[in-house]
Amino acid sequence: MATEVSEVTVRIPAPLRNLTGGQGRVTGHAQSLRGLIDALEAEYPGLRERLCNQDGSLCQYVNVFVNEDDVRLLQGLDTVLPPGARVSILPAVAGGSTD
Amino acid sequence: MSFLQGLRCRICHAEYPLSANHVCSACLGPLEVVYDWDRLARSVSRQAVEHGPYSMWRYRDLLPLPDGDVPLIDLGTGFTPLLRADNLGKALGLRHLYIKNDAVNPTYSFKDRVVGVAVNVARSFGFKTLACASTGNLAASVAAHAAKAGMDCYVFIPWDLEPAKIVNAAVYGCNVVKLRGDYDHVNRVCSEIADNFGWAFANINLRPFYAEGSKTLAYETAEQLGWRAPDHIVSPIAGGSVLTKMARGFEDLRQLGWIPAGHTRVSGAQAAGCAPVSSAFLEGREHVTPVRPNTIAKSLAIGNPADGEVALRTIRTSGGAAEMATDDEIVAGIRLLASTEGIFTETAGGVTVACAQRLAEGGKIDPDETVVLYITGNGLKTPDAVTTAGLSIREIPADIEAFEAMMSSAVA
Repeated sequence: MATEVSEVTVRIPAPLRNLTGGQGRVTGHAQSLRGLIDALEAEYPGLRERLCNQDGSLCQYVNVFVNEDDVRLLQGLDTVLPPGARVSILPAVAGGSTD
Repeated sequence: MSFLQGLRCRICHAEYPLSANHVCSACLGPLEVVYDWDRLARSVSRQAVEHGPYSMWRYRDLLPLPDGDVPLIDLGTGFTPLLRADNLGKALGLRHLYIKNDAVNPTYSFKDRVVGVAVNVARSFGFKTLACASTGNLAASVAAHAAKAGMDCYVFIPWDLEPAKIVNAAVYGCNVVKLRGDYDHVNRVCSEIADNFGWAFANINLRPFYAEGSKTLAYETAEQLGWRAPDHIVSPIAGGSVLTKMARGFEDLRQLGWIPAGHTRVSGAQAAGCAPVSSAFLEGREHVTPVRPNTIAKSLAIGNPADGEVALRTIRTSGGAAEMATDDEIVAGIRLLASTEGIFTETAGGVTVACAQRLAEGGKIDPDETVVLYITGNGLKTPDAVTTAGLSIREIPADIEAFEAMMSSAVA
């Protein structure tokens, strides 16, 4: 890889910890959220399909925060990860039977 | 647990046993409670409900609660007044208008309904600590119910919440934690705390149960109208759950045959400073785009409503509409409700009244429909929202001549 990429911390929610060997916090190296998901998928196979739709977009009930901000209010998967960024992956808190 | 069968994912329909869990581990979709509806329908009756307590617990069999032999933690929530609102109706041009005044619950908001369910479920699962992420009303309700249940309590709120709302929670002896962010930040941090601390968060890991409590708003409305549903309801939208649950609540009663077949239009109200659902509706979009909230209606200031898209679909499929109200219109709405119907509501109620006015003026509510506006919180929670400007408040010397002078100058 030509450019240097920074290390970021990623918080993993409880329902995905079976993919990370029980770890609630992992590290990854990437410049963008898209790159981070690629890197995490390489290390923890199966993670991508839990976070993204088949077209690659973030699933409706998945929220990702970079430091304080919801990536949907930033540039989505193209959000740039500043050095040392804290990335949180969280299922949206929704509920209510609709069927 | 009564007629409960388990939990099911709304998205992929994977099934789970009953537990404090709100997320599908397969697809991260939201979980919902599943009832044994056939057994429920055979076991419950309208007559039994009518002989029940004058509280939300008259609908106990329709709620996701622990089995009957454990006494419920109960603050006396629900069966709040459904009032004919002819004066406000005249102002809005609506001939059959009602107010469901849920501002008179034990902690002065509708949140007692959802927390009433959550606290009892938390106890049945053996939790010792009850917690929540809150814009204020939920915090007070969680704190009060935890006090009654003898549970430890932590409530997490945005740092800039109205002082009255903080006192309204802290007085019950809970731990209030202000987080330096808006509600969406609080919600996020609480999701992480819930994962790591093993606490019962009323509106996070208990959400599938908690959210069902809102249905009692619909059950009561139908019973108080003489076992029929209104033609049209107007509900505030924060996270999007209440409006959706009320629509479902009227459907439940139709399915049970307790009210005639028919249809209820569901309309939503948001503040213009935080209107992700209403703007999606008005712009004809299917998706709800998150916003950064900036409104005096802090109890509705959820920029990324998790149930926003479900609420949007509920509004559209029911033939309802959505509107938004500016801060000035919200204050005017509070004053209009107070001066016409004698009900002092918080900012969220101002949003509902102001949006109902817009919907009526825009022809989105038929003047002959039976309409119910849901007033979900008490005005004493946000007294500072209503400035004294324009209100009739005068000070005079303490003698009758001064008063006579005041009256004659008023006449002149």
